Amino acid sequence: MEPEHILSDTETAAIREIYRHFPEKSAACIEGLKVIQQHHRWVSDQAVRELAEILDMSPAAIDSVATYYSLIFRRPVGRNVIFLCDSVSCWIMGYDQIAACVKKQLAISYGETTSDDRYTLLTIPCLGTCDHAPAMIINEDLHRDLTTENVAAILNTYG
Amino acid sequence: MDKPLTQHIKKDGTWLSLKEYEAVGGYQALKKALTLEPKEVTTIVTDSGLKGRGGAGFPTGSKWATVPMGADAPAIKYFIANADEMEPGSFKDRLLLEGNPHQLIEGILIGAYAIQARFSYIFLRWAYHQAAKAITQCIQEAYEAGYLGTPIAGSDFQLNLSLHTSVGRYICGEETALLNALEGKRANPRSKPPYPTVHGLFGKPTIVNNVETLCNVPLILTNGADWFMKLSKTGEGGTKLYGASGRVKRPGLWELPLGTSLREILEEHAGGMKDGYQFKGVLPGGGSTDFLTEEHLDVPMDYKSVSAVGSRLGTGTIIVLDDKTCPVGMVRNLEQFFAQESCGWCTPCREGLPWTTKLLDGLEKGTGKMEDLDILTFQTHYMAPGNTFCALAPGAMEPLQSALKLFKTDFDRHIHEHKCPWE
Ligand SMILES: Cc1cc2nc3c(=O)[nH]c(=O)nc-3n(C[C@H](O)[C@H](O)[C@H](O)COP(=O)(O)O)c2cc1C
Ligand code: SF4
Ligand code: FES
Repeated sequence: MEPEHILSDTETAAIREIYRHFPEKSAACIEGLKVIQQHHRWVSDQAVRELAEILDMSPAAIDSVATYYSLIFRRPVGRNVIFLCDSVSCWIMGYDQIAACVKKQLAISYGETTSDDRYTLLTIPCLGTCDHAPAMIINEDLHRDLTTENVAAILNTYG
Repeated sequence: MDKPLTQHIKKDGTWLSLKEYEAVGGYQALKKALTLEPKEVTTIVTDSGLKGRGGAGFPTGSKWATVPMGADAPAIKYFIANADEMEPGSFKDRLLLEGNPHQLIEGILIGAYAIQARFSYIFLRWAYHQAAKAITQCIQEAYEAGYLGTPIAGSDFQLNLSLHTSVGRYICGEETALLNALEGKRANPRSKPPYPTVHGLFGKPTIVNNVETLCNVPLILTNGADWFMKLSKTGEGGTKLYGASGRVKRPGLWELPLGTSLREILEEHAGGMKDGYQFKGVLPGGGSTDFLTEEHLDVPMDYKSVSAVGSRLGTGTIIVLDDKTCPVGMVRNLEQFFAQESCGWCTPCREGLPWTTKLLDGLEKGTGKMEDLDILTFQTHYMAPGNTFCALAPGAMEPLQSALKLFKTDFDRHIHEHKCPWE
């Protein structure tokens, strides 16, 4: 049986619109993955196969790109994705304690999603806000000057 | 004090609109450039002494001068602003991107005119969401005002500019890896030569310049090469965005004359160490630079002087190590980052960095042996410049090789005490 198509016509059209701007279709691979992720939060095997068809590439070639980039998710993520900076300035300024707080509150470790699908916890390299370390991004919001006191309240604002 | 690069950036976190930028003289430098021959523009930039602010400090005008020009040159050329800023401890381009994207767009336009490029990109890291908003709006304004997309009034020069938001990985900041990322591929670096200036994006001549580099270009065109040279305290032109993070009283970012001393930045601008903490050392320009200590405090922070004492100016954003932070732990954190971000293409880096990290991890956990220090030293030679495909691995060795020399007793203590003395 044919698996059900998961990319909507809008997504397919958006991807076609992107490759029109490039000398070769495959150049739209990363942008295509971004479009898929925007709509589905992650990129499934089926999505890889459909993108491969649109771009005249093999699914393996798409996957080799998808798995290269740390912000393309090849596994499902929760409604809110927490990116905790684990680079040097944040580490100096107390990253370890913040990480322990977050892990304890959510009862998950890095790469995991809470059972209610509310949070996924990941690390991210230096967020370029080292003068306000420690820092994290939740979804697209930057939170800086984290302390073991304020981090719990910040997490709670994400439903 | 002159802060030409940042003087118009607002304190409230909003960026200058096109109107606001034009009101302070914005896009006048572009108009001036368009009255000159492309080669004359490159000459002015060469004479200004502007060196690339992306880390390597390559002279900007000399780079532009290697792009093929004239009737025989390829019709399509590209101009790219590198806004990937992922070097640990670096946070300087963010200010320019969030505060005044039109200044960057004008710099790109002038650079593109100098090499006669038709297409340009801003390659922005994913995490800079506020910058993405600012840039998107400013690019739209520039299209509507006729600076982009159509021949600019009174000339036959025209440029298209798009924003590309990256999907992670530090290696994308390396200019040839960046080109592969823009082509939709895995971002493994390319072998050089051929250099991107001849064979770059989609095989066409391409310039890649750092954001801070390009934001200086309109200022140079407006005020002249001599003026730019005189801004600096040394033989290299301009001001520099210097930053400090770690346990200083006022972590932050300051535009100062190039060549301002490390001491002045740390004591006057960063306010000295936080109460209860002693200064132990710094990485002067991001995670891939060699440590400097007390004896180097009077070094002028310019490319030549910092190199002369065995480190690099890098991004000019200083990471401060204090006495209550373990230097071995700090280096371990850095090597873990580099190991994770290695693209895996060449063996010394792919295998050497995780090995290095594992040894440092052992030291921190108290299981380290004296011979581990010899292996670590071996790694610094194994991943020295020339042994790897790109500069990631040699960069990763800079904090390690300097720490092994400067903080030798601290490494030894981890072994003799069978634990991290800072735990
Ligand atoms: C691993 C690695 C990462 C880099 N990351 C950046 C970066 O994020 N931003 C940047 O401007 N240059 C970065 N560079 C330097 C670029 O390769 C290139 O030299 C620079 O963008 C050129 O611009 P400039 O001449 O204006 O400095 C990186 C280099 C390496 C080896
Ligand atoms: S040095 Fe590291 S990052 Fe650079 S090409 Fe080799 S494996 Fe890739
Ligand atoms: S090290 Fe965390 S923001 Fe730079």
